[in-house]
Amino acid sequence: MAEIDAAFLALPMRRLADAALTRARELGVQHADFRLERIRTQDLALRDARLETTRDGEDLGFAVRVVHTGTWGFAAGVDLTPEEAVRVAEQAVEVAMVSGAMNHEPVELAGEPVYDDAVWLSAYSVDPFSVPDSDKIGLLTDWSEQLLSADGVDHVDARLEQVLENKFYADLAGTTTTQQRVRMEPQLTAVAVDRAHGSFETMRTCAPPVGRGWEYMTGTGWDWESELAQLPEWLRERTKAPSVDAGRYDLVIEPSNLWLVIHESIGHATELDRALGYEAAYAGTTFATFDKLGTLRYGSAVLDVTGDRTITHGLATIGYDDDGVQTQTWDIVKDGVLVGYQLDRRMARLKDLGRSNGCAFADSPGHIPLQRMANVSIPAAPDGPSTEELIAGVDRGIYVVGDKSWSIDMQRYNFQFTGQRFFKIENGRLAGQLKDVAYQATTTDFWGSLEALGGPQTWLLGGAFNCGKAQPGQVAPVSHGAPAALFRGVNILNTVKEGGR
Amino acid sequence: MTPQETVERALALSKADGCVVVANERSETNLRWANNTLTTNGAMRSRRLAVISVVDGAAGACVGVLERSAVTADNLEDLVRASEHAARESAPADDAAPLVEAYEVTDDWDAPPEETPVVVFGGFASALGAAFGEARSQGRLLFGFAEHVVTTTYLASSTGLRRRWAQPTGRFELNGRSPDFSRSAWVGRYTKDFTDVDVTGADAQLASRLRWAERSVQLPPGRYETLLPPASVADLMIYMYISAGARNADEGRTVFSQLGGGTRIGERLSDAPVTLRSDPVEPGLESAPFMAATASFGGLVSVFDNGQPVGATDWIRSGELANLVRTRSWAAKSDAPPRPIVDNLILDGAGGGRSLEEMVAGTDHGLLLTCLWYIREVDPQTLLLTGLTRDGVYLVEGGEVTAAVNNFRWNESPVDLLSRLSEVGRTEGCLGREWNEFFTRTAMPALRIPDFNMSTVSPAS
Repeated sequence: MAEIDAAFLALPMRRLADAALTRARELGVQHADFRLERIRTQDLALRDARLETTRDGEDLGFAVRVVHTGTWGFAAGVDLTPEEAVRVAEQAVEVAMVSGAMNHEPVELAGEPVYDDAVWLSAYSVDPFSVPDSDKIGLLTDWSEQLLSADGVDHVDARLEQVLENKFYADLAGTTTTQQRVRMEPQLTAVAVDRAHGSFETMRTCAPPVGRGWEYMTGTGWDWESELAQLPEWLRERTKAPSVDAGRYDLVIEPSNLWLVIHESIGHATELDRALGYEAAYAGTTFATFDKLGTLRYGSAVLDVTGDRTITHGLATIGYDDDGVQTQTWDIVKDGVLVGYQLDRRMARLKDLGRSNGCAFADSPGHIPLQRMANVSIPAAPDGPSTEELIAGVDRGIYVVGDKSWSIDMQRYNFQFTGQRFFKIENGRLAGQLKDVAYQATTTDFWGSLEALGGPQTWLLGGAFNCGKAQPGQVAPVSHGAPAALFRGVNILNTVKEGGR
Repeated sequence: MTPQETVERALALSKADGCVVVANERSETNLRWANNTLTTNGAMRSRRLAVISVVDGAAGACVGVLERSAVTADNLEDLVRASEHAARESAPADDAAPLVEAYEVTDDWDAPPEETPVVVFGGFASALGAAFGEARSQGRLLFGFAEHVVTTTYLASSTGLRRRWAQPTGRFELNGRSPDFSRSAWVGRYTKDFTDVDVTGADAQLASRLRWAERSVQLPPGRYETLLPPASVADLMIYMYISAGARNADEGRTVFSQLGGGTRIGERLSDAPVTLRSDPVEPGLESAPFMAATASFGGLVSVFDNGQPVGATDWIRSGELANLVRTRSWAAKSDAPPRPIVDNLILDGAGGGRSLEEMVAGTDHGLLLTCLWYIREVDPQTLLLTGLTRDGVYLVEGGEVTAAVNNFRWNESPVDLLSRLSEVGRTEGCLGREWNEFFTRTAMPALRIPDFNMSTVSPAS
């Protein structure tokens, strides 16, 4: 049973919080919160079974955020002394006062119950930071050597990112939370090089990043043995695969690829800060504008989408957000219609939406919390078909596995994705891999062409560590679950022809 | 403890065979705004200390890299010991090389860390406030971001090398929109201190571009004669630069790999006499004159190269591929000189290039872009990239902008574009839209591409 790390608990967070919040109250703030975080990271990368990158990082610091005369003020520091906490609180108020002249939208926050000394831990068994580096490097070396020894594999890249995140939060209203979560992202890529023809191909594992501990590397939650055994053959098949003919195809898409389409075309498009224009100059806006809430036909009637920060092993999962809001699950799309957004307390109040659904997140002690993405997922169809049954319903199509390249416009309309593997479907059966495939669509057309969702046996929680947003840039980890799904008549590009060759 | 005392004490504590300590002191301040009002802001100070321990083993040198914030006199020894422990537990490093020996430097080692002055936004903030007022009265919405960061680096090695560098980095981005968001324009600047940022001028430029867009026409996908302004050229060249590692090319894994083996160094990539280069002493774009790395990465950067002098390098010289980024370790293995990555990038034509305005005036029928967005690699063999146009695509007819055009998704390779370009404009300092979070110091010319591939239409605005 995991426990909050004793070294984190030994930090003087309560003393600093008290000093900072007391000073903020004296300075007449409407709201103040204190957040102390320690984020431990370890990155390992091997190149052809030799260690290329090893880096252990620890980011420790605290921040004070205030609302003073209706304007946000934020400041952060690293010296863990009460004097510094007071200084940072004063600086946050000063920043609010300097900024007030430029602020024309007074900040108010949606109400939230007070949580007195709440504690939350993510679900994992083995803290990866308790495992000796030699064991970790040894496992990655073994896996790399196994792949390198296979026919047709010339190079192997292996990497593993591990994070142990601790957050302490306290606000003037009286909420105090202490939280800890762990996440892992392992990836192995096999490369085949054909020097004579000047070509190369890659094939990467589809094991998703997850909120699990070291047990994820030893068989809990993913079948590494099977995936690593099959990777070289998939790569060999890809090198010999025919180039796709561009045109319209039906697609059966695995959740290992579809999670990223959900992320880009639904997750980001239903962030309320984008709809309100706060990200207009950077991450962008959304076609799903606020006036369309309750009426926008997002996709076909089989499309339901939920937001949550509660699913076990989800990367956005946590007990309480960085506004002190207890996390929840809610509907974003119901029967194909837009019914909800992702919120923080400020926007929930601004748009009269009641309580925040708990999407405030800051990626480090030095950054201000923003509305960041929840786990945005599509539930499986109860008693729905298997992947094979979905494929059986396609005469001329492509079966898509694993994510690779992605790009979408700033209003989340036009996207283009590639994948790890594309298999031709002929008369309901797989007929070998294709290469040079990209699919391109407009979001509502694509989700409108969704005909069927697979059953729970096809459902997988995918995700990413590195969702980017805001200036200064912040990265956030997030998961997306989906079943396999069947789409009709999607535009397929040939990437070699796109390159003018 | 001062950073100098901290790094010296860490070195003194080290029992490893070799040790490099890198202290980064960072001071930053930022403002962000949307809809003519401030949205977020902040002032942050942070400090990181990296201890890189090298332990010589029978099978080769092993390295441990530990980087922490908030290191104090009390926990410094823990960090040094943890770094040594990591090195002893580690496998031999693939990028192992002897640590850089001491050499003569003129750095002001004893100088304290530099700070972002509180007043850095003084004049700027009032100009911005005035611009909000102006925009409000003219029915225009302003969005954007201003950031000033100063990072002071102290690097100390067990070889006796000591180096210090203070890097100021300022970014300013201003986005103007019509109230219905259907028209959008953008300007971006790199600045060292914000004294050279003209908010009023930038806002006026946006206003004029938004007026261009009052007439709009829809164009289908296709290949168009296209003027890429410096900011969009920067984003394409930066992607090419970070894809220009010698090792990956030697291994046959990039667009710079030679058919049959080796790299394409020496091959002509462009008939135009373009030179892509980096230079840490480039006026206005000064960057660290030595390598300071707290992680080895992608065959481009090695912690063993810490302290290595970084000099002027031509990557493409008069149209020919001249150099690829090469670590010292790979240089030794590939029998070629090391070429460290440099934190600025400049593309020059042969001289006498026209300004973008002159290039527009010399265009009979074509498209003028503002910037590129969401650039991702589609096919590494050709470095085919995809992305969107953003914040203004304009139709040029008879030498004048006559309308705004819908946005497009494009699929293009920057390497291929070099071989197809038909005009190289005048090089000027610019800020890329996509990568400016990571790479800000660029000077680029506008480029004319006779047949830029606009693959599909994007309805986004």
